[in-house]
Order: sequence, then C-alpha cells, then structure tokens
Amino acid sequence: MIPLSHYLVLGAVLFAISVVGIFLNRKNVVILLMSIELLLLAVNLNFVAFSHFLQDISGQIFVFFILTVAAAEAAIGLAILIVLFRSRRTINVDDLDSLKG
Amino acid sequence: MSILQLSFYAFSVVLVFAATMVVTIRNPVKSALFLVLAFFSAACIWITLQAEFLAIVLVLVYVGAVMVLFLFVVMMLDIDLARLQAGFTRYLPLGSLVAVLLVIEIALVLYGSFGADKFHNPPLQGAQYSNSKALGVQLYTQYVYAFEIAAFILLVAIIAAIALTMRKRPDTKHNTPGEQVQVRRADRLRIVPMKPEKPAGSEGAES
Amino acid sequence: MNSTYLAIPLVCLAASIVAGLFGKVIGRRGAHTITIAGVAVALALSVWVYADVRSGNTANVTVYTWGISGGIPFQIGFLIDQLSATMMVIVTFVSLMVHVYTIGYMAEDPGYQRFFCYISLFTFSMLMLVMSNNFLQLFFGWEAVGLMSYLLIGFWFERETAIFANMKAFLVNRIGDFGFLLGIAAVLYLFGSLDYTAVFNSAESARDATVMSPFGEWHWLTVICLLLFVGAMGKSAQVPLHVWLPDSMEGPTPISALIHAATMVTAGIFMVARMSPIFEFSETALSVVLIIGATTAIFMALVGLVQNDIKRVVAYSTLSQLGYMTAALGASAYEIAIFHLGTHAFFKALLFLAAGSVIISLHHEQDMRKMGGLRTIMPVTYLTCLIGSLALAGIPPFAGFFSKDAIIEAIRHSEAVGAHYAYYAVLAGVFVTAFYSFRLLFMTFHGKNHSKRSLKRHLQESPGVVTTPLVCLAVPSVIAGFWFFGAVLNGEFFGSSIFVLDQHDVTRELAAGYQGKTGIDLVFSAILHGVVTPPFWLAVTGIFLAWYCYCKNTELPGKIARTFLPLYRILDNKYGFDILYQSVFARATVLLGRGLYKNADAGLIDGFLINGTANGIAAFSTILRQVQTGFTYHYAFAMIIGLFMLILFFVWL
Repeated sequence: MIPLSHYLVLGAVLFAISVVGIFLNRKNVVILLMSIELLLLAVNLNFVAFSHFLQDISGQIFVFFILTVAAAEAAIGLAILIVLFRSRRTINVDDLDSLKG
Repeated sequence: MSILQLSFYAFSVVLVFAATMVVTIRNPVKSALFLVLAFFSAACIWITLQAEFLAIVLVLVYVGAVMVLFLFVVMMLDIDLARLQAGFTRYLPLGSLVAVLLVIEIALVLYGSFGADKFHNPPLQGAQYSNSKALGVQLYTQYVYAFEIAAFILLVAIIAAIALTMRKRPDTKHNTPGEQVQVRRADRLRIVPMKPEKPAGSEGAES
Repeated sequence: MNSTYLAIPLVCLAASIVAGLFGKVIGRRGAHTITIAGVAVALALSVWVYADVRSGNTANVTVYTWGISGGIPFQIGFLIDQLSATMMVIVTFVSLMVHVYTIGYMAEDPGYQRFFCYISLFTFSMLMLVMSNNFLQLFFGWEAVGLMSYLLIGFWFERETAIFANMKAFLVNRIGDFGFLLGIAAVLYLFGSLDYTAVFNSAESARDATVMSPFGEWHWLTVICLLLFVGAMGKSAQVPLHVWLPDSMEGPTPISALIHAATMVTAGIFMVARMSPIFEFSETALSVVLIIGATTAIFMALVGLVQNDIKRVVAYSTLSQLGYMTAALGASAYEIAIFHLGTHAFFKALLFLAAGSVIISLHHEQDMRKMGGLRTIMPVTYLTCLIGSLALAGIPPFAGFFSKDAIIEAIRHSEAVGAHYAYYAVLAGVFVTAFYSFRLLFMTFHGKNHSKRSLKRHLQESPGVVTTPLVCLAVPSVIAGFWFFGAVLNGEFFGSSIFVLDQHDVTRELAAGYQGKTGIDLVFSAILHGVVTPPFWLAVTGIFLAWYCYCKNTELPGKIARTFLPLYRILDNKYGFDILYQSVFARATVLLGRGLYKNADAGLIDGFLINGTANGIAAFSTILRQVQTGFTYHYAFAMIIGLFMLILFFVWL
C-alpha cells in the first residue's frame, strides 16, 4: 500500500514546481494564473489524501469548495487579464508596475 | 508491487512531468494543454484515494470548462511570444533553489516533527460504497449554507467577469425598439408652408 | 425659604443675561430698566432675608449637587446667617445705587447695555460668593468677581491704559487666587470636606496637626490660613499685592464705586471673617494678618497725600481703609472689621460717586489741580462729599467714627504679636486719612476755580439720577454707625456666625470698657470716650492742616514737597512697587516666556518632536520605498520567504 507521506511529498513537489513557475514567468500573466491553479491542486491533493487516511469525508467537502472558489478566481482573473490587455496591449508582468512606491 | 501502487507512481511521474512542462514551456497554448494533462493525472491519483466524485468533478469542471477558458483567452490575445520568453533563464537558478529548499523543508517536517509514518492505511471500502452519496449527504446537511454561499460566489463571478469584459464601442450604432414603436409622425416629418416660386434658373440664366 | 435664597442671585443673573444677549433688542431703556428691577428685587428679598435672620432663622441649605468626584460632593448651597445676610444687604444696596447712578454717568457711552450686563453679573457673582456654604462655591464667586473686575476695568477697551490696568489687575489677582486655591486644596486635604460646617466643626481638633515644609514644621491650620490670606491679599489689595487697585481707576467711575470700594475688594475681608473658626486657632496667621493690614493702612494713606487725580486719592484711601479692616481681622475683631466694611461701603461708594459727579460736570477732567470752587455750583455733590469725607476722617457721629474708633481700640486691646506696631500705624493713619480726604474736598470744592475758561460756563450740578444715589448713600453714611454700633459690640449683631476664642475676644473687652452698656447709652459713651482719645484729635488736626495748606496758605504744600524732595519722590513712585514688579517680575516672566517659546516650543516641540518625527518618517520612507517595486512577483517572493520561515519553525519544533 502507498503510505500517506508519498502523497504529501507529491503535493510538496507539485507546490514547489508551481512556485518555480511563478518565479520563472515574468513575462506572461496567463502562465502565472496556471501556476496558481497548480498550487491549488497541490493543496487539494493533500486534502484528499488526509481525508482518505483519516476516514473523514469533510476533507473532500473542502476540496469541493476550493474547486468552486478556484473556478471563480480563474474566471475573474482571466477577465481582468483581458481588460488589462485591452488597456495596455501587453500582459508582460514587468510592465505592470503602477503599484511602485 | 500491486496495481494500485503501480498506477500511483506512474500517474505521479506524469503529474510532475506535466507540471514541470506547464511552467517551463514557451508556448502558452502548450502549457495550457500540459495543465490539462496534469489535472488528468491528479484525477487518477484521487481515484486511488477513493475520491471518485471529486476526480470526475476535476476532469469535468477543470478540464472541460476552466482549461478551455484558458485556451480561449490565450488564443484571443495577440501575444508576442518571443518577447514574452526573454530573460527566462535568468531566474531559473533562484527559482530552482527556492523550490528545492521548499521540498527539503517540507520533507523534513513530514518525517520529523509531523510524523507522517504514524498514519496507517485504512481498510479500502467495499464495492457497495458510494463516494458521491457520502459527499452528498454531508454537503446537503451539515454544509448546506456553505454550499449556498459557494453557489452565490459562482454567480458573482459570472456577473463580475461579464461586467469587467463587456465594453461599449463609441462607434457602434444600435436602436431601441421601444422608442421606434412609439414614434409619431410629428417626430419625423415637418411640413413647411411656403409660396410656390419660380425655378431660380429661369431668370438667372441671362445675367 | 430655599427658593427665596436661590432667587436673590438668579434674578441678577437673569437680568444680566437679558441685558447682555438681547441688549440690541430691548434698547438702552430696556437694559437699565430690567437690570435695576433685578437688583431692586434682590435688595428687597435680601432685606427680607436679613429681617428673617435677625429674628433667629439662620439656614444652611444645599440646593444642588452638580458633581461628585472622589467622594467629595460639589454643591451649590447657601449658608444664611447674620454675616452673609449683612453682606447681601450691603452688596445689593450699593449695587442698586450704582445701577441708578450709571444711567447718568454712562448716558453717552456706546457700551451702555454691556455695562449693565456686567454690573448685574458682578452682583450675581458677589452674592454667590457671600451666600456660599462651601469652599468650592466660594471659589466660584471669587473667580467670577475677579473676571467681572477684569472686564469692567477694561471696559473702555480702546484705551491703552485700560487694557494695561485690567491685565495688571488680572495678573496680580491670579497670584492671590493661586494661594487661595492652594488654601482650599489644603482644607480639602486636611478635613476631607469642602463644606463650611464640617470644616469649622473639626477645626479645633486639627489645631495640633503639623506638616513638614522646607521651612521646618508648621501647623496645618497656619498654612491653610496663610494661603487663604494670600487670596484675600490679592482680592482686598493688601501690601504687596495692592498694585492693581489704583490702576483699576481706569474703569468707569460707577465701577470704581461698586467694585473697588464697596463690594469686591471686601471679599477678602468677608472671607477671613467667614473663616474665623479656622483663623482663631492660628496665632501666627492672625499676627501676619494684623501686621500686613496695619502696614497697608498707613503706607497707602501716605501715598494718597501726593496724588492729584481725584479718583486715585479715593483709591488710595480705599487701600488704607481695607488695611484697617484687615488689621481688625488680625486683632480677632471680626465683627468690627465687617462693621467697618459696611460703613465704609456706604461712605466710600458715596465719595466715589461724588467724585464721579464732579468728573461728569467737568467733562471727564480728573486732575484736582484743575478744579476748585465747585461748592456753589454743585451744592448737593458738595454736601454729600463733605458727609463722606467726615465719615472717612472719623468725626463723630458719622458712620466712620464708630467703626474706625472701634478698630483702633480693638487693636489697642489685642495681645497678638505686632499689635503695638499696628496700633501706632493705624493711629498715624487717622491723621493722614483726615488730611488727604479734606485735601481732596478743599482742592475740589473750595478756593478758586482753575478749570478752563470754555468749561467754566457749562459747569452745573449733575442730573437727578446722579444726585439721588448720592443722597441715598449719604443717609447711611451718617446713621449706619450709631445705629448698629451697640448691636455689633454686644455681639448680638453677628450672633454665632463669627467665632472668637475667649482669650482673643477684644470686642467684648472693648464693650466692657464703655460706661453705657446697651443701645443709645453705649453710643453716647463711645462718643464721649472718642473725643477724649488721640484718634479724634489727630483727625481734627489733619482736617485743620488740610484747611491751612489748601485754603489758607496754598504755597505751603509745594514748599514742603521741595524741602523733602526724596521723601516726596518715594511717595510719588508709590514706594517703587510698580517699578519693581515691572522690571523684575514682569520682565523676567516675559523673558522666560520668550525663551521657552523660542527654545522649548519652536525648537524642541515644533522643531524636534513634531517636524522631527515627520522628517524622520519621511527619510525612513524614502529608504523603505525602494522595496516597493510595484512588481507583483516581488511581493510574491516576500510571501514565499515568509512561508519558508514558517515551515522552518515547524522543522525545529
């Protein structure tokens, strides 16, 4: 049988890869959004694994809600992306520095 | 090695590979497709954990809807791919370092203070067990308000997405049927009383 | 009766508010009608209350508790006994006279309604002061009369000198009030109560309580009495806090009469008399009071000799007479001090109003050298002024004789430390008083008229609203002395409202010394006794000398002044108090204030603390804002570092 730690390590690796993705993709907001989806997937994986090993269905309920919120987030994120692209003609992250102090 | 373990490791390898490709590949369309692959593999791993309902939802919602949305957006936007990838390798060492440190730390926590080994595999459920039913019972009893709120969040997201992206072009012409129906003769036609007169050309021709 | 007590001050307050806030609406007539009606009602009620008190109905009532802090109730209450009832009648009577007189004196002044508002408000404050049954209300009245005095001295606020004078009065009074406040605080500390009755009842048991001070171990009661007396020195203008009173003559004359002669300045005298149950247990404090009073009595009278401004002469005589009252207080003759306060209120208000009448007819000329010979032109003013002067000089049977003679005799009987000095000081004061008061009379009303020719033709007696109060005040100036003399000396006048220890009781001793024991007998024996003792002959000599110098041989005063030039200079400079205060205290304070303003306020607080903080934050932010790149991934990186640290924490766990 597969021990719990394997699932958790898999989740950690997935999480780390997504973090790297956020680091690497300075130029493309779309891939940033995808990395965020991967981050959430890693978290969900942990939830499902714990739910199974603790014999508690609540973990899966959480996953359900995270999926809901993630879908909403993706939709709004992409909408913002489109508005951004319309106004700036770019989705280059380096060009988006109007928050600079 | 049982079939269960075999499938877990196989899908794990695919998942890690797909995730790596998502963040490293240059073409956003391809990375979206790799993301689809990653979600597929994750769904399969969830099945090994007996979370069938969520696995199916992941495939249907993410692969079927969200990823398609991503693909639409990527294709709709006119992106200069060459420029987008410039300076990619510059951040690779730092990013990898952070990722490796993160994984090592989590592993240390897992095998150290957390003690993941304490958890033993539970007995697998029999064939008559329905994951969907178990989830549904919980969702519609204990979590029913949260469920309603989740539905509302989705509604808000739809409205927000439409409100953000909709725009009125100044040069487009549209008509209002209600006003068109209510129009009267006086609004369109003006009758000007005037005396008959000679055509101007008949006199001016000589001068 | 409670509502009657409450009505007496409130009717004045209400009239004042109406005259002050709606002065434009009700006009000049309305303003003086309503305030005079208010004061008249207050006087009528006061007389009624007085009669009630004389029939034995004293009262100590608390009307309202407006706050409780630390278990100490802050109350408005009235202690109505012989002392406060007497004061109420005096205050409202003089105030009414001044109100009526003001109609004439201020007839052409643009601030007419404002003036009536102020004097009514002043009457209210003074009534609150005298009727109080606790220290806090006393302090309220104390400060309120101080404020009204400030406003009224500076009534003609366009005048530079008036502004200077009211500022001076305010600052000098502030010193006194500071001591007074400390005294009240000490009372609260020692007795744990602000109520008169509670404090007075426990005063005897506290006579041995001591306190450590930088100057050794002191009796608590001495400390309290001295601090309270500092307040009285400020308000009643005793040396060395007297400097504000002569300058306060910058105010309109009715005010000089009301505040600076008859009522407000007597607040200190009243207060000490009221506190007699405390003062009695402190020999030290009584001696200090006696010596300060006697010093004021003689030295201020001497300054009065060289003044040429008619109002200033009267002002210095007020200072001197206040000194007499204070000295009487120091000799434990509280009844006589209040008696003199009463008679003095009448004849001094009379003298001030008479001076004002002269000033009106001379079109606001105040220099006595430019007067003279007004006797025939202004007969009513002359006669009333003569009565006032005779009363002031202490000629029997005028009011001043009885009270002043009683003071001198009381001091002679006193065994307090410094009583000998005080006795000779007040004795000399009698001569000087008679001299300067008749100097004023002769210079103003006798001899040749020195006023400008253009003015001479317009000279005439003042209108009825001016002379009526003069006559009204002249009557008590004549009769108030022998009318009340017997009752005061017997102790039936003030009853239990004044407390005197047996070994200090000079008043009883004095009464015992006369042949007659009661009523008219006592009066006659006092007069008989008076004409064979030095004070009377000193007064007569003073009057004669004044006549000689200012009617007969008018060259003589100038010669004397030239012969004793240094002495004359000293008197003319009022012993240099003003110069000393201005060049030392005032200048030092200004310098200190300027230094603090430049260094502490502008430099330290504004420069370093306020602007420094802002500049420091600005400089720090300039560095810090480099971190805020605006790139989302930098913020994400910061978050990841945070996550890193968090997991690290679990690793070590």
